[in-house]
Amino acid sequence: MDLAQLYETFKGLENPSIWQEFYVKFYNAWFFEDRWMSYFRGLVTTIEVTVIALMIGVILGVLVATIRTAHDQQRPGSKNILLGIVNLICKIYVTIIRGTPMMVQLMIMGFVIFASSREATLVGALALGINSGAYVAEIIRGGLMSLDPGQMEAGRSLGLGYLDTMRFIVIPQAFKAILPALGNEFIVLLKDTSLISVIAGKEIVYFARAIITKTYEPMFPYLITAVMYLIMVLIFTWLQTKLERRLRQSDRR
Amino acid sequence: MIDVKHLTKSFGDHLVLNDISEHIYPGEKVVVIGPSGSGKSTFLRCLNLLESPTSGTITFNGMEITDPKSDIDLIRRQMGMVFQHFNLFPNMTIRKNITLAPVRTGLMKQNEADEVAMTLLRRVGLEEKADAYPAQLSGGQKQRIAIVRALAMQPKVMLFDEPTSALDPEMVGEVLDVMKELANEGMTMVVVTHEMGFAREVASRVLFMADGNILEQNSPKEFFANPQHERTKLFLSKVL
Repeated sequence: MDLAQLYETFKGLENPSIWQEFYVKFYNAWFFEDRWMSYFRGLVTTIEVTVIALMIGVILGVLVATIRTAHDQQRPGSKNILLGIVNLICKIYVTIIRGTPMMVQLMIMGFVIFASSREATLVGALALGINSGAYVAEIIRGGLMSLDPGQMEAGRSLGLGYLDTMRFIVIPQAFKAILPALGNEFIVLLKDTSLISVIAGKEIVYFARAIITKTYEPMFPYLITAVMYLIMVLIFTWLQTKLERRLRQSDRR
Repeated sequence: MIDVKHLTKSFGDHLVLNDISEHIYPGEKVVVIGPSGSGKSTFLRCLNLLESPTSGTITFNGMEITDPKSDIDLIRRQMGMVFQHFNLFPNMTIRKNITLAPVRTGLMKQNEADEVAMTLLRRVGLEEKADAYPAQLSGGQKQRIAIVRALAMQPKVMLFDEPTSALDPEMVGEVLDVMKELANEGMTMVVVTHEMGFAREVASRVLFMADGNILEQNSPKEFFANPQHERTKLFLSKVL
């Protein structure tokens, strides 16, 4: 007996058991009219949004962290005014983004700044990227600052310039140190993509809700959504662990 | 070679170096001793501008280090520095630790630098460690590598900031031996240390610092046999 026949049989039952009822609900949420395809359409959007937001976030984060660290590490007495202004802008950006809820930022972007835009998904990715950038900047800055200042001193005392010392000595070590925090930020970003459904971004939650409006059954669409996110996060965590293990090479004794 | 004029350094309200003027001549081995907090490390770190002086000038071979327009990287290439905590780069092999600066600053090609590194490593008896990472070495080995790393830049002067203070007692000897050898080859050295034996044996001049001043200086023989200042006598009575 195939799945569809089973579904018809259970649906026709007068007093179905709880398991038979669950089966009918699940079938409605997944197989009926090939609904599973819309979850995957949402999944594709989720991945797209995550990748775009991640790129924006990393670029913004590196930029802001570089400016702020360079500003803080200037030789006393030789302060650069331009750097001071840019640094102030970066500080304001980080403060505003970290001080307001993601959802509110998303709604301001979607309904105020880009109110006339039809590209809800793209606007969502932009808002997420700008949000993520502030957190990535703080993670990177923390990593750069947590490194023993002796490393910078050793590089500079050998006559290497600031940028060379950063590139060969500080950044590789800081990267290793911040990888767990960066991975965590990536997971948060991935899950926050679910919020763009509030501005009609067509990701997984958007389609799950569309299905619910047809079936009036929220349980399975939301459970399916949760499982899809969980699987993505598990895959990513596995990849991250592998990368961390490779970067630990120089720690072996 | 290094000329220090009216060097003053304060951290906030705390005056660490109080109007120090001093000259270091080529080939000299100057050992700086004194109680902790006396400013001797800060003095050394000012010499290659790891600390920026609050006021005063430092001139190295005619180049004014303290001039904001001077190219500090160019000057630092001629001044090797060895730190208390070694500060090897843990993300690189020993070979890479040694060759990074000479290659990146254009002093040598990679293959030349590799050769120099091996020659220097052989001198300190660590050539088999070239492909190891710093985490695999003992403290004494790390410090010998740190000296080699500084020497690879072919500096004209070597600055040592308490090079043996972070070492287990049984490893102090191996590091001091390398430093003595270096001294015998005629390297100009400025050494901040608590190793009185080293000062006595190697120094051409001993500076005694306390409270941000150079209280007295002398040849090591005179200095240890015949200290002039009360503070010096007190200090020596505690450490000898």
